[in-house]
Amino acid sequence: MTQLLLEQALNGLQFGLMLFLLAAGLTLVFGIMDCINLAHGSLYMVGAYFVAAATQAADSFWIGLGVGVAGAALLGLLLELSLFRQLYKRDHLSQVLATFALILIANEAVRVIWGAQPVMLNPPDALAGPVEFSLLGDTFFYPAYRLVIIAFGIGVAGLLYLLVAKTRVGMWVRAGASNREMTEALGINVQALFTAVFVFGTALCALAGGLLGPLLAVQVGMGESVLILAFVVIIIGGIGSIRGALVGSLIVGSVDTLGRALLPTLLRALLPADAASTLGPALASILIYLLMAGILFFKPQGLFPARA
Amino acid sequence: MAFYRAAPYQQPVAIALVLILAALPFVLTAFGQEFYIGFATRVLIFALAASSLNLVLGFGGMFSLGHAAFFGIGAYAAAICQQAGVNEALIAFPLAMLAAGSFALAVGAISLRTRGVYFIMITLAFAQMAYYLFISARSLGGDDGLPLAGRMTLAGVPLTDDTSLYFAAFFGLTLAMLFFGRLADARFGRVIQAIRENETRMEALGYPVFTYRLVCFALGGALAGLAGALLANLTGLASPNLLVWTQSGTLLVMVIIGGVGYLYGGVVGALILLCLEEVLVGFTSHWHIVLGLILLGVVLFAPKGVAALFGKRHG
Amino acid sequence: MLPRLTALATALMLAGTVHAGDRIKVGFVSTLSGPGAGLGVDIRDGFNLAMKQLNGKLGGLPAEVLIADDQQSPDIAKQAADKFLKKDKVDFMTGIVFSNIMLAVGPTVFENKTFYISANAGPSQYAGEQCNPFFFNVAWQNDNLHEAVGKIVQDKGYKNVVIVTPNYPGGKDAVSGFKRYYKGKVAEEVYTKLGQLDYAAELAQIRSLKPDALFFFLPGGMGINFVKQFVSAGLSRDTQLFAPGFSADEDVIKAVGSSMMGMFNSSHWAHDMDNAENKRFVADFQKEYNRLPSLYASQGYDAALMMDGAVRDVKGKVEDKAALQKALEAKRFKSVRGDFKFNTNHYPVQNYYLRAIGKDAQGRVTNKTMGTIFTNHADAYVAQCKMK
Repeated sequence: MTQLLLEQALNGLQFGLMLFLLAAGLTLVFGIMDCINLAHGSLYMVGAYFVAAATQAADSFWIGLGVGVAGAALLGLLLELSLFRQLYKRDHLSQVLATFALILIANEAVRVIWGAQPVMLNPPDALAGPVEFSLLGDTFFYPAYRLVIIAFGIGVAGLLYLLVAKTRVGMWVRAGASNREMTEALGINVQALFTAVFVFGTALCALAGGLLGPLLAVQVGMGESVLILAFVVIIIGGIGSIRGALVGSLIVGSVDTLGRALLPTLLRALLPADAASTLGPALASILIYLLMAGILFFKPQGLFPARA
Repeated sequence: MAFYRAAPYQQPVAIALVLILAALPFVLTAFGQEFYIGFATRVLIFALAASSLNLVLGFGGMFSLGHAAFFGIGAYAAAICQQAGVNEALIAFPLAMLAAGSFALAVGAISLRTRGVYFIMITLAFAQMAYYLFISARSLGGDDGLPLAGRMTLAGVPLTDDTSLYFAAFFGLTLAMLFFGRLADARFGRVIQAIRENETRMEALGYPVFTYRLVCFALGGALAGLAGALLANLTGLASPNLLVWTQSGTLLVMVIIGGVGYLYGGVVGALILLCLEEVLVGFTSHWHIVLGLILLGVVLFAPKGVAALFGKRHG
Repeated sequence: MLPRLTALATALMLAGTVHAGDRIKVGFVSTLSGPGAGLGVDIRDGFNLAMKQLNGKLGGLPAEVLIADDQQSPDIAKQAADKFLKKDKVDFMTGIVFSNIMLAVGPTVFENKTFYISANAGPSQYAGEQCNPFFFNVAWQNDNLHEAVGKIVQDKGYKNVVIVTPNYPGGKDAVSGFKRYYKGKVAEEVYTKLGQLDYAAELAQIRSLKPDALFFFLPGGMGINFVKQFVSAGLSRDTQLFAPGFSADEDVIKAVGSSMMGMFNSSHWAHDMDNAENKRFVADFQKEYNRLPSLYASQGYDAALMMDGAVRDVKGKVEDKAALQKALEAKRFKSVRGDFKFNTNHYPVQNYYLRAIGKDAQGRVTNKTMGTIFTNHADAYVAQCKMK
């Protein structure tokens, strides 16, 4: 039982940290530029495809990851310069329409280039299997690759914290998130700051796509389901707040994992078997949405609102 | 944004449109193009759904990304009514509106506590919940959806042939547009638009802002429910696909293309988007790229939507 | 592909050997965009390959194949079907991948008295009470492949099985099909969210249950994710994986790779089946599309051959619906799966085979036929069908 709980806790942590990579970029773009980017999930998908293609070409996952993320960042730069720069000034409706259009284009373009069938991306051979631990006299297995993902997630989260909390650029970013006009008035080159944040956000979500590629199917439409989760995270955490994104990711990751693991069993103890088997999975699948509605009911600005 | 006021030429244009639409099925039949009656019905139904979103979004200023939930619930309500033995649209359609409207009332009561992006996302979350509940409910057919045994009757007239269903949708849309036009000019419409423009001031003037918004949101939901019930009759199926978030996105796109806050914004948008689809599909299976580029073009070059070129809004 | 075929048909028309009335029209509605597109594309490519081999003719008459994308939406599929039936007045319909779409489109097709040759969707409704003279399924009834897995798990003597499937009726049908033939202990039925990506929580639960076999039915990308994560969690050491053929066909193998080796699955067809028709089909398909065909492609191919045989049998008089129905029922073609016949409900009575995934002579990871699970197997619903 302890082993099961520990494994589930690690699963929740791993899922949460990957959500954080996605949510971090999104919350900054949202918070600083006040721009709704529905295409964030498409950047994640494109990132995963880039990493898969580069991995196949280089025959090394790590080189592929680096090249793929860099390629996605470059794409992000081009998108920012050509399109998003014009969208910041526009209302949310235009942003939704434009980025919805980007989703359509990205999905279809990926299908044209790589085909409708999923693309293969495997972890490096050394990480393909599980790792064996000894814990309180019990043997304990956990997939090696998931541990690497956790390490990456913690590393990026730490780096991001240092960047945002301790550097001058980070200070500008925080200032931009809480009061954009004032930041501009203080003579900070907001244009360049926006570009940097957007590209950085794109690189982070491409990193998430590349890292998750070996676990999940690299396929058309993989961005949309993840996009909604990332939105849930930043809404729970409070838009524009990196700390909120981290807390929100970990909450969503663990609630979703534990809900799926424990709810059916729990309900079976409380309800007749038939009702439990109907209600359990249904409830588990909407749990994070219920959570979000609940949090917004009591804290309409999320847990850590960036704007006063 | 400015207040809605009917343009001077709006009434004659509307009358001409009604006449054209009333003659359309007969013209199509005369030219042996009966197939397009079904297509026209679909356009009318989506025009109704998009207009209901336009009421919430354009007039109420509430950016909802969960409108498809009300659309879908209307379709399911119609299918459930039929299963329960109610085959008369005059009973089933109001029930569908009631079901969708009540759900909208509940969603609105919670969501309207939030603002801006938070509102967009919480409405999306509620729609997702509804989607997952419908898809896992075996008694409602799960992801197969709930089929209708046949089309319903309207005041005793069976809607089996495409022309009668077309007229049912046509009457539905016409009534909704009349109601919509009246509403926009009436006190309620003025207040709700004023709230959109300056909420704080209206609050200070003593208007129950929350209640006005909630009523507007529920009305929009109920009208979407009517569209859903009509669509279920057209396709013979209440499908969970109607509740997916991209469906909400499609309705939004229709409203935005057509013109947010313009009386006919939803109608124009539905017409353009569906015709565009119909044409593009014939050219290439990769038509999503073309559609995406066109939408980008609209954002960059016609940001106020196409209805803005016809209807006027005076400040 | 379509423009080429149409052009071919047009060229033949211009040759002046036939007049317009002698043209066979086929309406092909399938899922060609969106997440489920891979399946529809395979059916289409299989169908088109057969048309190419037949020189663009069905039963010796020039044929035109009209293709529409349903975007995996019942609503849009119905629109497209309406157009084919009412505007183009097609003689046959085919192509639909998903059962829910089939159920939405079916009534209109039958009302129009047009024959529908299903190259995939095999809903239980049309096999049982709602069976229809105008509906033929050239693939299988939806439960069949699950039943075959249930049988083989039972026969191989597994005693403690976990089942994983999404929480929707298709998943629950899979469970009941499986349990119709597997009578041993089911340690747990795990129901996941439809479209779920990460199965870590479920895998941890499975590990704690220590099953000796695991049956999963997770269509599309869900299955790919599950298998990858299952293997990397080290569960494949103690637990044997089983799945219906569509969760373990060439499309999935291509995305997952060597992790799938050793997995068992069930199918009515395999690309290594030893008959002349199949060898030609597999060789030509690889030449044309540069990939191995999946079972979907074989079904699309068979659907075209079935139309060809029936049109030839009635000597092109497709207006005689009764004669055409008889010709279709008589199955006047040689299927790539070997011999089979149609039951009274117009669903196949056929063999189901056990396939295992391994490396072939050329070192490719692919399916290999291991043996026969069922011989001349019919579906469970035929008794409820009163065919008119």
